[in-house]
This record gives sequence, C-alpha cells and structure tokens, in this order.
Amino acid sequence: MSEDAPANTATAEKQLPKDLAAEKGMVNVQIDGKWIQVPRGTRMIEAAKMVGTEVPHYCYHPKLSSPGNCRMCLVQMGMPPRPAPGAAPEYGDDGFQKIGWMPRPVIACANTVAENMGIRTTGDLVETTREGVMEFLLINHPLDCPICDQAGECKLQEFSVEHGRGQSRFKETKIKKPKNVDIGKNIRLDDERCIMCSRCIRFMDEVADDPVLGFSQRGTNTSVTVHPGYRLDNNYSLNTADICPVGALTSNDFRFQMRVWFLKETKSIDTNCGTGANTVIWTRGNEIFRVTPRQNDDVNSAWMPDSHRLAFNTLQTDDRLTSPLVQKDGKHVGTSWMEATAKAAEGLGMCQPNEVAIIASGRMSNEELYLTKKIAEALGTDLLTIVPRLEESDGKLISADRNPNTTGASLIWGTDDPAAKIDAIREGVASGKIKSLIVLQEDLLAEAGFKAEDLEKLSHLVSSHTHANPTATHAKVVLPSVGFAEKRATYVNVTGRLQRTNQAVIAPGETRDDWESLAALLAQLDQEYETPASVDKILNSLASEIEAFKGQTFGSIGDLGVQITETGVTIPLLEQEKARVESGQVVG
Amino acid sequence: MAIIKVERPKLTAGEKVYFGSIFKGMVITLRHAFKSLLGKSTGAEALNSSGMGITMQYPEQKWDDQLPEYYRGAPALVTDELDRERCVSCQLCEFICPPKAIKITPGEIPSNDEWAKVEKRPKEFDIDMIRCIYCGMCEEVCPEQAIYLRPDYVITGTERSEMVHDKKRLYEIGGKRVGLVNKWNDLK
Amino acid sequence: MDTTLLIAAAIKIAAFIGITMTFVSICVIFERRFSAIIQDRVGPNRTMIPLSILGFKKDLALPIGGLTQPVADGLKFILKEDFTPSYVRKFFFWLAPVLVVVPALLTMAVIPFGSPMEIGGTFIPMAIADLSVGPLFIFAIASLSVYGITLAGWASNSKYPFFGGVRACAQMISYEIALGLSVIPVLMFFGTLNLGHIVEEQVANGWLLLPLWNDGGFIVSSGYWDDPQSAIQRLLLMVPIVISFVIFTTSIFAETNRMPFDLPECETELVGGYHTEYSSMKFALFFMGEYAAMVVGSALIVTLFLGGWSIGFGIDNLLPAGAWWVSLLHIGVFLGKVTFFILFFVLVRWTVPRFRYDQLMNLGWIVFFEAALINVFLAALVIAYPSIGLTGVLIGFILLTVVTILLIKVAKGATEKPSATAV
Repeated sequence: MSEDAPANTATAEKQLPKDLAAEKGMVNVQIDGKWIQVPRGTRMIEAAKMVGTEVPHYCYHPKLSSPGNCRMCLVQMGMPPRPAPGAAPEYGDDGFQKIGWMPRPVIACANTVAENMGIRTTGDLVETTREGVMEFLLINHPLDCPICDQAGECKLQEFSVEHGRGQSRFKETKIKKPKNVDIGKNIRLDDERCIMCSRCIRFMDEVADDPVLGFSQRGTNTSVTVHPGYRLDNNYSLNTADICPVGALTSNDFRFQMRVWFLKETKSIDTNCGTGANTVIWTRGNEIFRVTPRQNDDVNSAWMPDSHRLAFNTLQTDDRLTSPLVQKDGKHVGTSWMEATAKAAEGLGMCQPNEVAIIASGRMSNEELYLTKKIAEALGTDLLTIVPRLEESDGKLISADRNPNTTGASLIWGTDDPAAKIDAIREGVASGKIKSLIVLQEDLLAEAGFKAEDLEKLSHLVSSHTHANPTATHAKVVLPSVGFAEKRATYVNVTGRLQRTNQAVIAPGETRDDWESLAALLAQLDQEYETPASVDKILNSLASEIEAFKGQTFGSIGDLGVQITETGVTIPLLEQEKARVESGQVVG
Repeated sequence: MAIIKVERPKLTAGEKVYFGSIFKGMVITLRHAFKSLLGKSTGAEALNSSGMGITMQYPEQKWDDQLPEYYRGAPALVTDELDRERCVSCQLCEFICPPKAIKITPGEIPSNDEWAKVEKRPKEFDIDMIRCIYCGMCEEVCPEQAIYLRPDYVITGTERSEMVHDKKRLYEIGGKRVGLVNKWNDLK
Repeated sequence: MDTTLLIAAAIKIAAFIGITMTFVSICVIFERRFSAIIQDRVGPNRTMIPLSILGFKKDLALPIGGLTQPVADGLKFILKEDFTPSYVRKFFFWLAPVLVVVPALLTMAVIPFGSPMEIGGTFIPMAIADLSVGPLFIFAIASLSVYGITLAGWASNSKYPFFGGVRACAQMISYEIALGLSVIPVLMFFGTLNLGHIVEEQVANGWLLLPLWNDGGFIVSSGYWDDPQSAIQRLLLMVPIVISFVIFTTSIFAETNRMPFDLPECETELVGGYHTEYSSMKFALFFMGEYAAMVVGSALIVTLFLGGWSIGFGIDNLLPAGAWWVSLLHIGVFLGKVTFFILFFVLVRWTVPRFRYDQLMNLGWIVFFEAALINVFLAALVIAYPSIGLTGVLIGFILLTVVTILLIKVAKGATEKPSATAV
C-alpha cells in the first residue's frame, strides 16, 4: 500500500476543502456535526433540509419572502474565530477551522450559509428556545382543536407535541379576538388561532398581486384583517388556507365537512384548463371532500386557482348519468351497455362515410382521443374535431386554453389545430349533409353554437356525457361518462408536458370508464379490433404510433409528469416566480 | 432448569377398578342435582338467584342494584345543565372506534343560534349498536366529555335499523351531565 | 294371518316408533335439564308454546318447565340451512345419517314393552316382532350403525370427521365382543333367545339382578326355599350375573358413543368428530340415532337384567293376565325403568371424564374381553352344578382361577411398555 502512497503525499500544497468547494461555487457547512457542501447563498433552513433535518418553522415558505417573524426556526450558528491581525487561520487535520459557537441563536430561514459555518439544529440552547417560542405562540391560542378544520394537519399541533412544554403556565386571561369572520367568499378567518406568521399577507401581496390582507393593532393584540372596504375575493384566496400553518384561515367549502385524518390522498392533475395544475384529491369512501394543489415547479409552483379546485363539486351532483340510455318513442330509457353500443354502431353503419362526423372534446384524455381517431378511421370520415375553448388567461395559472388536452389532441391527431373543422361540421349539420354525429363530452347547444333544430335533423346522434344536458336530450344513444377524479388517464398540458390523473373515486351506477365504452364502440365498427384489457394497453399502442409519446407508460410519467414536446407556451406565474428567484426575493 | 420427575401415583387395587371413584363422583353430582331441585344451590343466596342453580332469572330478576359505578353499557351523548349539546363532532370517537360503529356527519351551528360561539355540532350522529363492542374508547377519547357509556344494557331490536341509535335516541339515553366543559368557557 | 294381529302390529309399530321418538326428544330435555341441575344451572326452563305466531294475543306460558324445548330444537334443526360441502362424497354423505338412525329404530322391534294384551280372545304380545332370536337380532342390527358413522367420517372428506369415523369403527367393533360375551351367561341361564320368554321367566322367578322371589314366594318366606339347591344356585349365579351386568352396561355406553366413550365425536380433539361437516336435519339424525341407541340400550338392559315390563315382587301374578289396563300398567312400568336408565346414562355422562383412546382400547380388549370370557365359564360352572356335583365345580373353579391368574399376567405384560434399552 505504501508504495502507492507517494503520489498523494508528494503533493506539496494540499488543497483545502474550502478551495475545493469554491471551485464549484459551493461552501462547506457543518450541520449537526456533519460537513456538507452546499451552494453559496443557500438559506440555513434549506441547507439543513439537504441533510434531511427539518427545522421547525411557521413563517418561512420557499415560494414567499422571508420576514423571519415567527422565530420558530432558531438554530445555533458558529463561525471560525477571526484570526488576530497578521495570524494565519489554523486548519485542523480535516482541513476545517475550529468553529466558535455563538451564544445566541439565529433564525435559519433568513440567514445564508458561509464557508466553514456550523449549524446546530439540536442541543440545549436550540431546544429551550423552541420551547420558549412555542409557549409564546400558544399563549393566546384557543383550545379549538376539536372544532378546528386544521386539526390533524396543523403545524402548531405538531410542533407543540414535538417541541412544546406539554403544559400551560399561563394564568392570565387570553386575548379575545374576532372569530368566524367572513372575509371572502371562500375563506373564513379566525383571528384567535392566528400566530402572526404573515404567510397569507405575503402570498396575497407577492403571488396573487392582490394585497388585501394585513396586520392591524400592535403587540399582543395584533391580528390579521382584510383592508377596510375590500374582501378576500381573489381567485387564489384558497391558497392562503393551504399555507396557513394553523386554522386561522379555513376554506368555506371544506368547512366542517370532514376531519383530515379520514381522508385518502390521491395524486392527480387539474383538468379545468390547459395548465394542468398538479393536485391532490382528498376522498373518504367514494366521496371527494377537497382538492388541493401539489407542488410541481414546472407547472403550478405550489398554487392553484379557487375556481378550479372547487370544480370537483360539479362531479358529485344528482344529475349524473348512471346508465346507458337509448331513445325509444322520443323518450330515453335505460339499457345495457351491450345494447347501447350495438345501437350506436348500427346507426353509424347505415350512413356514408362523408355523412358521419365526430365532435370530441379537448377535455378528453390522450387515450380517449386516440380511440376517437381510431373510430373516425373505422368510419372512414375525416370530420373529426374538438370544441375550442379559448378565453382570456388570468395572467397567473389559468391558461387561455380552457381545454386541458388541446396539445394532446393535436399531437395524436397529427394536426396543428384540432378544432379546425368545428365550423364545417356545424354547417354540415345545419344543411343536412351530415346525417350522423358522435358527440363526446361536449354540450353542443351550450358551448359550440349548435341549434336544437339542427340536431333534430340528424338521423343518428350518439353522445357521451357525465351529466344530463340539452344535447343529450336529442341523442339517440346516450352513454354515461366518468369525471376527472374517476379515471386513470394522461393529458398533455399547454407547455407540452405529459401528466396523468389517478382514480380517486368510483364512478356512479353502471358508468364505465370512457376508454372502455369507446373501445367497445370501436370493436363494433371494426371487427378486427382487439379490445384492450386496460387503459395501460391503449397508452402502449398510442406510444408506439405517435412519435412524441414514444416509450411513455403510466409508470414513466410519474407524479410530476414529463415534458414530451415544446410548444413555446409559458405559464405566467412561473415566469413571475423565476424573476423573484433570480432577484433573490424567494428561494423558489 | 431442574428437571422434576413426576411419579404417577400408585393406585391400590380398589382404585384401579375405578368403580369406587366413579360411584363417589356420581354421589357428588347427584348431591348437586338434589340441592338444585330443592332450591338450595351453593352460592345461590349471594347471587340472589332462585336457588334453582345459581343463575339469575334474567327478565324477572335483575342485577341493576349490583351494577358497579364503572359499568360500561350503551354509549350515549349527553347535554350539559343548559341542555346544550356537548358534542362538537370532532370525530375523534369515530376515528378511535375499533369496530367502526360510530358515524358522524358534522354540521355548522347557524350564526343566529344562541350558542353559535361553538360553531360546530353534529348534524347526524349514529352509533350502530350491532357493531358496538362497549369498549369505552369513545368516552376516553372525547375532548368535550360529550359521550359516556351509560349503564343501559338492554339494547334490543327486531331490525337492523332499530339497532342504529341516532342523535335523538343517544341524547335520550344520555340525559344531562353537569360540570364545566372548556368550550363554553369564555376565558379559554 | 289374523287381521287382528295385522292391525295390532300396525298400531304397535306406529305407537312404538312414536314412543321411541318421543323418548329421544325426552332424552334431550333430560340431558339438558339434568346436566343443568348437576352443574348448579337452570337449563332450558322457559320455552313456551308460541301462540302469538299463530295470531293469538299472548304466548301460552304454562308452568311446563321448558318441556317444549325439544320441539323448539327440532324446529330449529329443520329450519336451518341444510348445507352440503362441495368436496364430500355426496351419495354416502347423504346415506350415512340414515344408516345411523334406521338400525337404532329397527332394534326396537323385538323388545317386549308390556305384558300380552287380550283382544277378542287372542293374546297379542306387546312386542312388534316376537322373535325367538331377539338378542341376536339386536346385536346384528345394532352393529350396522357403525357403518353409518364410519361412512359419515369417510364421506365427509375432511380429516377430523375421518378420525372420528375410524375411532368409532374401532371402538364399536371392540366393544361388540365384550357385549356379546357378557350376555352369554344370561342366555345360558334362561336357555332361550326369545326376549318375551326371558321377561316372563323373570316375572316368575325374580329379576335376573334381583332374584328375591320365585314361584314359592319371597326370599324371607319358606316357600322360596322349597327347592334349596336351585335357590342356592340362583343366588350363587348373582356373581357372574353382576359381572355380566357391569360389562354389558359399560359396553352399551361404548356402543352408543356416550360420554366416557365418546371419542369419535370428542370436540376437544376432533371439532365435532364424524358429524363435523353435517348441518341441519342430517346432523339431527345423528343425534337422533345416538339417543335412539341409548333408548334401545336401556330397554335391553331392563329387559335382560331388570325384568322388562314386570312390576316385580310377585305382584304381576296377582294381576289378571291379559286385561288391557294391566298391559298398559306394564308398559308404564317398562317405560319408567327405561327412563331411570336414561337418567343414569345422563348422570354418568356428567360425572365421568372422557377416556384416553388407549385406555378405551385397553379396557375393551384386555379387561372386558377376558373378564367376559372367564365369566362365561364361571356362569357355566354354577349352572352345571346340579349335574357335575360339588367336586366338578371345585375342580372347574380351581382351573378357572389358574387361567384367570395367567390371563391377568398376560394382560399386564401386554400393557407394559418395552423399556428403552430393550431393542
């Protein structure tokens, strides 16, 4: 062994760790006795996170600025002692200088790391300070846990168990503050529970650009209020309930619905616009109780618009279609899937190829759009379109394209504008040239400018919907369809990112997954078509046919999705966040 | 460990025939039978039974007087001295209930209610007494002292639906309980 | 054949099957109530006649002490789901319960349950079949019930029932030998195989187990000693008869799979034994079979050893023979005796713990078999006393003693375990 050694020892100037790190733009930090290299300018709390140590905190949020006002993240910091004038710094055997620990703690959220810095996240000093901070935070906090919606996911509960004293020494009277305050249409404020972390204030100011929240009064009477004359009616207001570490801000929609510990989380995505914000669907049994955003820095950061997260309520209404219907003597009667599919195919088969059109939806998943294309091929028609849904972007997360899968449609159908033929079909129906129509997931009368009398001219109309609607009343065959939370499917968002939904609940009644009903219809039209066993198989054949999807499976997409194409579209909120990260305002 | 050899007892010729022992056994069993027939079963008095065996003749005779303080009968909801619902539907009992007998639908107290301060109360509160195992976990976990195991043990019904106690029935069984509960305290 | 006899036979069959089945259900209530009072419990005491389900306002709450419990039990058995597991051998599975019940009921045919009744000048024997091979018929038919149990165990296609079936088979075959041998002294003494005659003999000369009177009168009167030799012989005969009685009774326990010998169905080892897989009425048939066997066993013991239908103590001779009320009285007496034995069966069941299987086999093969065998010779010596004289008896007795000692030695050797070193 010693024969190999000279190569090492012969180096006259051994490089110190600080120099090695500096070459990469890193610094060496000792966290709880362990040395690691972290990028220069990292906050101490993030550095601790890198070694797997979670420093308890309330006000710090990586997507928001750090005012450092909760004091929960206090840690002990140490730096090498400043050498006497003229003296060279002394390095130990390991190449590091000795750390001189500071007697007072510092906050980990707003301080950045430096070379040879030491951080202690445990120890007597840190633990007693945390205990003290917890005691102060709990002084005026009411014993509301049994009725508080936050109970179970409350940071105050968690940290008081982990770091608190366990018992109150407070003998004085607690401060009374307003409770159950109506400050906006989606948000309820309880000032007594507030611990003044100011996350909501900063969110409304920095992210939502609607600074209606602020502190009023001083000292122990400080409370969060909405500015006089304003209300918290912003479309992003529910995010404040998400980031509120306690139950001060709670959602009106979820208020007293269910305790969070009963809820099962299913990772999914939002399908109300082209952004496809990542979400978590919270369910108990077969009921959805709430939808919350899930962090994905390439799609929605950590936020989500209120309108989209409350959209799940429309899925749990009484007017859902639950079984296939066929029209008999002008009335819809329930029937079996077998009969409904046969009836649908029979009517389509009687028409010439150029007399059949298919109106699909940009709300359909890739698998369904792929099967729709196959059906169009089987029928020999090229009248295939989606209904366009272009509106104004809100400049944050809501895309101008309200269809969640326009990109997917154009990729799969191989066309630049999948909605191009809608006008031609509308005219064809009006003029009577088109005799048969398949409508999937769209209400033509309400959203596509069709007229009821035109639909009456059709000899055959097959439609598929989640809910009963005017278009369905004209249809000869109506197939029930599943909603976003009831299926496992993939979507491509406006930026070209392939993402997936997961099934959180089971669709009502006899409703079948859409791919199943489409595949059954296709099997009726094309005798050689082999019905796939699962939705995975459809994605497999889709991936083998379409270049952009090559090699993609449900597994490879993962929870955060994969970029499969570049469309050049950007998400405004992400751009704004990028600018703030670059200017050092937030960690990101 | 020490090994202890246990010797089989040496039996005399008489014992080996067994008939003596069997006869002795029959005498013992017959004695019990006669005592029982005469209404003088051993231990009958202590248990207040009829003497025909030591079993209590249930519907006619009851053990209610002897029921201990801590007897765990049917769980029930209680109101406080002002007839206010103590339960705030925190659903901890629903969570802890081992056989999942409790089902709560939480509800909000309308703001015009006199006791709107508490904000929350159960809209529906069902305990399936077919499932209930009378363990008392609900009582133990309740942060508002709203659910108690009452000494009622005669829980019968001819249908499953009858065995599900709804909120009304639970308050009927539970009755009133006095004593301060934190949520009514304005200072807490 | 005489029409009277034919009609009488039909009535007797109907009545007797009715009585037997009633007795079976009475056995159940006896078993439950008696075991309850033995164990300081109450038992089923408040089963009522549920008139309310027939539309009446109130249930009939007679102080019948739960006597309708067997009816309720029976109803429950009928109304329960008759479940046949998919893996059983269906034909034999269905056949087995029948094979258990039918032999038990058949054996009843030859037992005289009352004195002959005179109807229209003909004396009608109060037995369904007045066979002259009574005990043989009973043994022949009763031994068939082992097929039912063995078949049940085998057809269930499940290990515990199979164990139960095998055990039952071995046990019943073993004890049938002791059963058959133990009854030989009795038959030798009576010299007939007709159970009716056996009973009539006992009416005249005292019950086999209770020879306290004969033609001459009671034992205390001088008339009893008119023929001192035969009187002494009769009393001497008590020794082999008592041995016979003990072996016979015990073997009947084993034959009916009653408690100290209920290894085929012992629930601690075999779940339910041969009837584990049975439910509903098929299960009830096994029970019925067991209790019917118990009733027949009791009836047989009563007939052979305790004078059958006779009231005893010379009273029977004072009553007018053939009068209908006398016959009915005798039937009552017979049933009373049987009831007593059923209670005895129950008492034994709730007193004596279950045997271990090797103990059971030892008792059957090493004790009872030999004892019954020697007992035959002992009885023969006593019976032959008038013809071979005192010397012959003495020689025979000495021989018998030697053989007995030898047999005991052999039996001991058989039960000894080989020592570990002996290879």
